[in-house]
Amino acid sequence: MFEAAVYVTLKKGILDPEGKAIKNSLKSQGYDQVEEVTTGKYFLLKIKERDRTAAEEELRQICEKFLVNMVLEDYSFELREVDR
Amino acid sequence: MSEQKPAWMEMGLSSEEYAKICDILGREPNYLETGLFAVLWSEHCSYKHSRPVLKNFPTEGKYVIQGPGENAGVVDIGDGQALVFKVESHNHPSAVEPYEGAATGVGGVARDIFTMGARPIAALNSLRFGSLEDPRVRHLFSGVVEGIGGYGNRLGTPVVGGDIFFHPSYQGNPLVNAMCVGLVDHKRIVRGLAAGPGNLVVAAGAKTGRDGIHGCTFASEEFSEETEAPDVQRGDPFLESLLIEACLELMEKGYVVGIQDMGAAGLTSSSAEMAGRAGTGIEIDVSLVPQRDEGMTPYEVMLSESQERMLLVIEPQHRQVVMDIFAKWGVEAAVVGRVTEDGIYRVLDGEIVVAEIPVKALTDSPVRYPEQREPEYYQRLRNWKPDDLPVPEDLNSVLLKLLSSPNIASKEWVYIQYDHQVMLNTIVGPGADAAVLRIKGTKKGIAMTTDGNPRYCYLDPSRGGAIAVAEAARNLSCVGAEPLALTDGLNFGNPEKPEIFWQIKQVVEGMSEACRSLEIPVVSGNVSLYNETKGEAIYPSPVVGMVGLLPDVKRCTTSAFKDSGDLVVLLGKFHPQLGASEYLAVIHGLEQGEVPEIDLAEEKQVQLCCRELIREGKIKSAHDCAEGGLAVAIAECCIPGQRGATINLPFAGREDALLFGEVQSCILVTCTPRELDSVLKTAEKAGVTAAVLGETGGRHLIIRDRAERALINQHIEEMEKVWRGSIASYF
Amino acid sequence: MKFGVVFFPGANAADCFYVIDQLIGHPVSPIQPEERELDGFDCIVLPGGFSYGDYLRAGALAAATPVIEQIADFAEQGGLVLGIGNGFQILLNTGLLPGAMRKNESLRFRCHDVFLRVENSRTPFTNRYHQGEVIKYPIAHGEGNYYIDSEGLAQLEQNGQVVFRYCNEQGEVIPAANPDGSVRNIAGICNVKGNVLGLMPHPERCSEEILGNTQGLRLFLSVLDWWGIHTQEGVMTDE
Repeated sequence: MFEAAVYVTLKKGILDPEGKAIKNSLKSQGYDQVEEVTTGKYFLLKIKERDRTAAEEELRQICEKFLVNMVLEDYSFELREVDR
Repeated sequence: MSEQKPAWMEMGLSSEEYAKICDILGREPNYLETGLFAVLWSEHCSYKHSRPVLKNFPTEGKYVIQGPGENAGVVDIGDGQALVFKVESHNHPSAVEPYEGAATGVGGVARDIFTMGARPIAALNSLRFGSLEDPRVRHLFSGVVEGIGGYGNRLGTPVVGGDIFFHPSYQGNPLVNAMCVGLVDHKRIVRGLAAGPGNLVVAAGAKTGRDGIHGCTFASEEFSEETEAPDVQRGDPFLESLLIEACLELMEKGYVVGIQDMGAAGLTSSSAEMAGRAGTGIEIDVSLVPQRDEGMTPYEVMLSESQERMLLVIEPQHRQVVMDIFAKWGVEAAVVGRVTEDGIYRVLDGEIVVAEIPVKALTDSPVRYPEQREPEYYQRLRNWKPDDLPVPEDLNSVLLKLLSSPNIASKEWVYIQYDHQVMLNTIVGPGADAAVLRIKGTKKGIAMTTDGNPRYCYLDPSRGGAIAVAEAARNLSCVGAEPLALTDGLNFGNPEKPEIFWQIKQVVEGMSEACRSLEIPVVSGNVSLYNETKGEAIYPSPVVGMVGLLPDVKRCTTSAFKDSGDLVVLLGKFHPQLGASEYLAVIHGLEQGEVPEIDLAEEKQVQLCCRELIREGKIKSAHDCAEGGLAVAIAECCIPGQRGATINLPFAGREDALLFGEVQSCILVTCTPRELDSVLKTAEKAGVTAAVLGETGGRHLIIRDRAERALINQHIEEMEKVWRGSIASYF
Repeated sequence: MKFGVVFFPGANAADCFYVIDQLIGHPVSPIQPEERELDGFDCIVLPGGFSYGDYLRAGALAAATPVIEQIADFAEQGGLVLGIGNGFQILLNTGLLPGAMRKNESLRFRCHDVFLRVENSRTPFTNRYHQGEVIKYPIAHGEGNYYIDSEGLAQLEQNGQVVFRYCNEQGEVIPAANPDGSVRNIAGICNVKGNVLGLMPHPERCSEEILGNTQGLRLFLSVLDWWGIHTQEGVMTDE
């Protein structure tokens, strides 16, 4: 069994109005040090698979075909083996 | 060692109530039983403070099919069709988590509608917030609006109207009252009855989680710094849309004996109320209830307020087919109990009986008769006279300032966030005197509105209550609809304070009087008390949600001036007062004086006259003269019509009172010069005063006094800019 | 010639169905998301709304249903596909139309009338409009901010795939007339062949006199024209 943490963020150069709004709000609250805020999504998947390479391959497919909008978004993931 | 309070006290029961419970049971209740009593006897579920007062409301009339006591009220609209409607508050949850609080409010009231067998066809919202100058208020307001849209838009029910009032008394305690209207054929109306011993009890929809446990006892307490927020419920509008389809299909096929939303106090109140109405007993096995969290206790299962859950009673032979229909819609359902004939409310955890109480004891909660006392402020504020009040020199800028006051300004920033067109029935959407929907397949239309002026209700609760009803009816009349019935949302402070209870009684008395005079019964409603922050109560805030019927929807009217060269006519006696006006509050910073007088007999005639004129096609526009007075009312007709007007006031009085003083029972209409005689004749026949004020046209609003002095000369664009942009400018 | 409207849970299929069935009076059938057989249909409508709650991304879950898996073949064989609002978002998720949707620049849902300039009146969906004509449609979306990279954009423009653009009443395509931040004010696009159209504004909401605007009806009537079925505008709109 593997546990995969998938992080989805907007591609560089794609406008992130939500991130911008959060940053502006932080500034108005006095957090002037905040340079940038990027928003994104986080998924946690449990994959019943013994082989790490196979799990990785499956995860890649899931991401690119479904979880991630490849036109707008980038993704990365962390895969770790768990007992159950 | 500190002494621990007993559980019943923690749960909000009084010692008399606890003694009564012991007396009923002949023993001390266990923890779960105490919890069941505490929620069902809470103000939120039992209306123990308001019930005797609510008896004042007239609840019967020629259109009423179902009055108060069910999930929602039902009125006849002809052709074998009926409207089901109700308003419900979600004040406390919205103050804690504005988006989810408002969203679940919208979802909750929609469930009350479709449980009656009706498809929701429209939603409205009545909002009361503190000043938008306060960043915290802006955060709450913006979140609530987003939540209403977020849920309503996904549900596919158009949000067609509502009203908004800003006042500092709501700074820490905003009000979010959601109204929903549904359409049903008479023969498909279903009620919340757990009838037929041996029948099965089914829980459907979301799994039961630990969220919102104690929501309703929470709503029956004042806010203090220490109040622990309960877990906020989150809504799932997609699941609700599936629930609607599944339940409506089940009801259409005749498989539903009774059905109710698991709203406040969840499984407990829905099951007890359904058994109470049917005079039966009921047995619930908590181990059969689908659970989202692990290790939930019977107490938690019974009191959870997870959203999007329904409780149904079905006949045993329909078990499989009912489960199949739920499965088809992707909705989880399980048989969790059965109807019994012993009149006992019994909770099982598998084999073990964990609670056993007579149903009647739970549903017939004790009534409290709190003390009432006229507040000290009442006479003092009321006796104020405007004699020493200076008349501003620049009345043009006063008009602009009033148009930009958030209470008067366009609410466009809010309602463009709501889908108000889905279902293709919206003839007149938000921003009008009342919303109008057509009923497909018929000629008729329905109109709906929400109203209530908290400032009036504070300064004169009885008159304010009457005005709330009269104004809602007037708004319906302005689009040409005959008022059928209303739903009331009563929002007040802590009823245990004599001054607050006095406000409640006065408001309800005023409302009831208007209901009787105008022949508009109350068919459903909601009471929200304890709306206080750090001991400070909100202004008394009744919300009137009213529905009306138009025999021919093509004949409906809006406020916009339609053509140039039309005559502007004022229906009703014009005796404006500065007391309690928006002008007095915004320009002079005063909230005092006498609330505008209202003569209900005259009100009735003015409305009748307006409806007749619309039905006969004699007038082209109609608009209620409300907050901001005559000048604001005329400006509100100019802006949407993109057309000015030249007005020559035939009245005497101080200029500010003529322009901005507020008045009841007045409607501004326009007609062609050719129709004028006929309009005046209709008015005369109805015994209604009618005065020709001027003519539409040009790009300016010009208002002259009797000496032909121009008091107002304002370009439409200038007025539109401040009126449209005001609320948006805060965000 | 037969229409089909896909009834995704959470979407407002009934509105499109009503317009075709009641206002135009043309044969139309509901299609379930599990359907794999699209023979017999000539034009399939993917309606607006919030299919599957728009969870994950607007239109993403609907794009993974059996019926949508068949849509590419259907379109390949020349069938017409019309995606309105959420339907447009679904088409983007399938890749049948290029680009993607982002949240509105304002981050808020917006429901109001907009003006559109018809940029391509030669498609099966727009032949009843004039090239360059300015029309009024309502929008109702929170995620209609169309994005495509500059290369893709150049191709769209070159191929005449931009069908509608947001403009002002005078027909000027200016930033102030852009309600959601879409690239180049794009409100609707088609595929290269022109038989798949996606647009954010709602023609079905402005197809009836009583609702105050009938300009959307011509989009549906264009489809009939394209099939050689002659109708007179407005004939069926009044009882």
